[in-house]
Amino acid sequence: MIRDITIGQYYQTDSTVHRLDPRVKLLGTLLFIVALFLYKNPAGYALGLVFLLTVIKLSHVPLKFITKGLKGIMIVLVFTVLINLFLTPGTAVVSFWKLTITYEGIGVALTMLFRLTMLIMGSSIVTLTTTPNNLTDGLEKGLGFLKIFRVPVGDVAMMMSIALRFIPILMEETDRIMKAQLARGADFESGNIVKKAKALVPVLVPLFVSAFRRAGDLAMAMEARCYRGGDGRTKMKPLIYKKRDAMAYIILFSFVVISVWIGRWSVISGFFNSIYSSFIPK
Amino acid sequence: MPLILDHVSQVYNADTETPVKALDDVSLVLPEGQFIGIIGHTGSGKSTLVQHLNGLMLPTSGNVYYNGKDIADKDFDKKDLRKHVGLVFQYPEHQLFETDVFADVCFGPKNMGLSKKEAELAAFDALRKVDFPTELYYASVFELSGGQKRRAAIAGVLAMKPDFLVLDEPTAGLDPVGRYEILDMVSALHKESGMTIILVSHSMEDVARYVERVIVMDRGKVAYDDTPREVFTHEKELEGMGLGIPESTRIARMLKGKGIDVDPDVLTVGEAADSIFAAVTGRNK
Amino acid sequence: MDIVKAEDLVYEYIRRDEEGNPTDVTTALDHVDIDVRQGEFVGILGHNGSGKSTFAKHLNAILYPTEGTVYVGGMNTKDDDKLWDVRSCAGMVFQNPDNQIIGQVVEEDVGFGPENLGVPTKEIWERVEESLRAVGMLEYRKKSPNKLSGGQKQRVSIAGVLAMHPKCIVLDEPTAMLDPSGRKEVVRAIRGLNDVEKMTVILITHYMDEVVHADRIFVMDKGKVVMQGTPREVFADVPTLEKLRLDVPGPARIAWELKKKGLPLPDGILTAEELVKEIEKCR
Repeated sequence: MIRDITIGQYYQTDSTVHRLDPRVKLLGTLLFIVALFLYKNPAGYALGLVFLLTVIKLSHVPLKFITKGLKGIMIVLVFTVLINLFLTPGTAVVSFWKLTITYEGIGVALTMLFRLTMLIMGSSIVTLTTTPNNLTDGLEKGLGFLKIFRVPVGDVAMMMSIALRFIPILMEETDRIMKAQLARGADFESGNIVKKAKALVPVLVPLFVSAFRRAGDLAMAMEARCYRGGDGRTKMKPLIYKKRDAMAYIILFSFVVISVWIGRWSVISGFFNSIYSSFIPK
Repeated sequence: MPLILDHVSQVYNADTETPVKALDDVSLVLPEGQFIGIIGHTGSGKSTLVQHLNGLMLPTSGNVYYNGKDIADKDFDKKDLRKHVGLVFQYPEHQLFETDVFADVCFGPKNMGLSKKEAELAAFDALRKVDFPTELYYASVFELSGGQKRRAAIAGVLAMKPDFLVLDEPTAGLDPVGRYEILDMVSALHKESGMTIILVSHSMEDVARYVERVIVMDRGKVAYDDTPREVFTHEKELEGMGLGIPESTRIARMLKGKGIDVDPDVLTVGEAADSIFAAVTGRNK
Repeated sequence: MDIVKAEDLVYEYIRRDEEGNPTDVTTALDHVDIDVRQGEFVGILGHNGSGKSTFAKHLNAILYPTEGTVYVGGMNTKDDDKLWDVRSCAGMVFQNPDNQIIGQVVEEDVGFGPENLGVPTKEIWERVEESLRAVGMLEYRKKSPNKLSGGQKQRVSIAGVLAMHPKCIVLDEPTAMLDPSGRKEVVRAIRGLNDVEKMTVILITHYMDEVVHADRIFVMDKGKVVMQGTPREVFADVPTLEKLRLDVPGPARIAWELKKKGLPLPDGILTAEELVKEIEKCR
């Protein structure tokens, strides 16, 4: 199941979206999410969907790969839909036992489903098309203004990037320690939750010991290579906006403005509302 | 009971575009009582192979039999297999987790369902077998030297009283003396209790000095399976696998090539010196 | 000129109890004098716990002397103002290949040191390229370190140090966790640095065959320098080396055994080729 979550994974290929500055992608995602919550009628969502599909097409990431990411949070989706479906007050469609599905419930549930799906697909595009390092750089530079408030942005970015580098190493190590304890007769599968949690102690203790040892070694290696915090460092790959980034910003802002404007247009909203309410029996 | 591998293959990432054949049609019979060395270059499949011996990995095709039973069968008791086939991983000291050495060595036997007392007796016996200093039985793992930690970890597997002891690069990262101490100890286990030892190594020198049978792995296949002397006759092929032969053997063969009548099959420094001395002085006379 | 000069160096580890009172003092370095000249290849040998790694950490101002002085590039390592100059003068490669690579891409890792030194972007790229070329890893520049073998990772670490343009490079058991072929490729890369780039190299190891080609060797035991000289001088004394728990190279040991039996072989045979040549003369 963990493997199904594509959020946070990088899909290696070359595309316009891959080449964009990470700051463009981060801000773009943020704007896209905001727009999703401002839409008031299906026309807005339709525009949003067209935008999303265009970006996916441009990114050269197979659609299958992105939808696979939805599987991981399927439970959340289903839960949200069910809650809205049954708990929204309004005109009843069907009613059984203590549960009632209302017309309003169907509307809200569908809207939520659409919103969440698009939100997840939209944000997974950033991580799918940006290397973790690039993403960290983008965050570091994009949030650079926080330095005024004495937030050590550079150090935090360095921590993130190191964490990302060590995740695969620690995963491998976990696997190795688990196998070593299995070879000594450990049992991670049987018993209730308490027993299972207890069985993990022989894995977690060595894992922590090793993580601390690695952290110590790494700190020493970094100091030996003259790391002394983010100040005064130069960058091997500094982030510099290119022409295409400017273009992307223009397209992005125009899309948001237009889609929100149309998505909230009272004439269109009214039109959809009249269709919608004609389904509800008076 | 012998361990039998019958046409065992193991494929990683089978469903991707780049499947890796870690084991490719490996058939082996590992009877009890032998001292076997498995050598191969990093990535030759030797570490994958040993994980099949105690059921930590199951073959993607082929079968592994222990005691006449297929270890992949649903009703096969893997825990019982792991009691009989003890596997010591590379850098085994990284698995130590208890507050003191003795408690850690008790972990295995306790998992095997032994009572507290039986487990402690087994742990005591195992620590004695690895020559662990008595005054450190209740020391914290953090107080031990590298070699002592390694011994404690090996004792943790020995305490389950296995019939087979499989050691994956038990000397990695130790200094020369530490290396020979561990190997001598393993050799003593074989001689004194008749335990089957399977030693995974990439050091020809270690293998030549101790084992009676060498299995050479290359790209997932068994390249050779014979006595050290026999295997080392394939000098060229071994070099092609990134392995080479023991230096003493190599020197003897260089001398032989120069027309000096040295035994080309010597394995250790002592044997080489004896044979060279005999050959040279014999001529001088 | 001496790049590294340790004078009467003493280092004591002090263990303290919970109140901070000293309970135990271990002398890790006991009046050590070691000097390394520009362009030299110096080997420091010793078994685990002989003090050789503690010595290495002094060259990079990770540890400071309890007594005595260490000069690196003419600077006293105790001088706080010179800390970063000392560290960029004596670059350091450590034992565990996984725990010293910071970047997620090979070239970014090599660029880490120069970034810290505030080197301009364009020059970082030049340094990264030349350093990776010097260790033969240029074709792997876009790869993830996690996909490399141990030997390759260590070569990347060496490149990472080279890119800081140090005056000397200190390697603290860089091969201890590698397999034989990884060891060979790392040792070859180190020798190349010394031969071709004229880099001063201090190689700390317990494998004697790695320092057969060194200019000078120091053997350490219990925090003291117990033997020093050229490889030939040091390796001639096989019994002492074995007493010090060191692994004498095969040819040297065979030569020693033969000499003991009465064969008239000269002192200081190091390689198989030399041994064969000398034995031929005995016929």
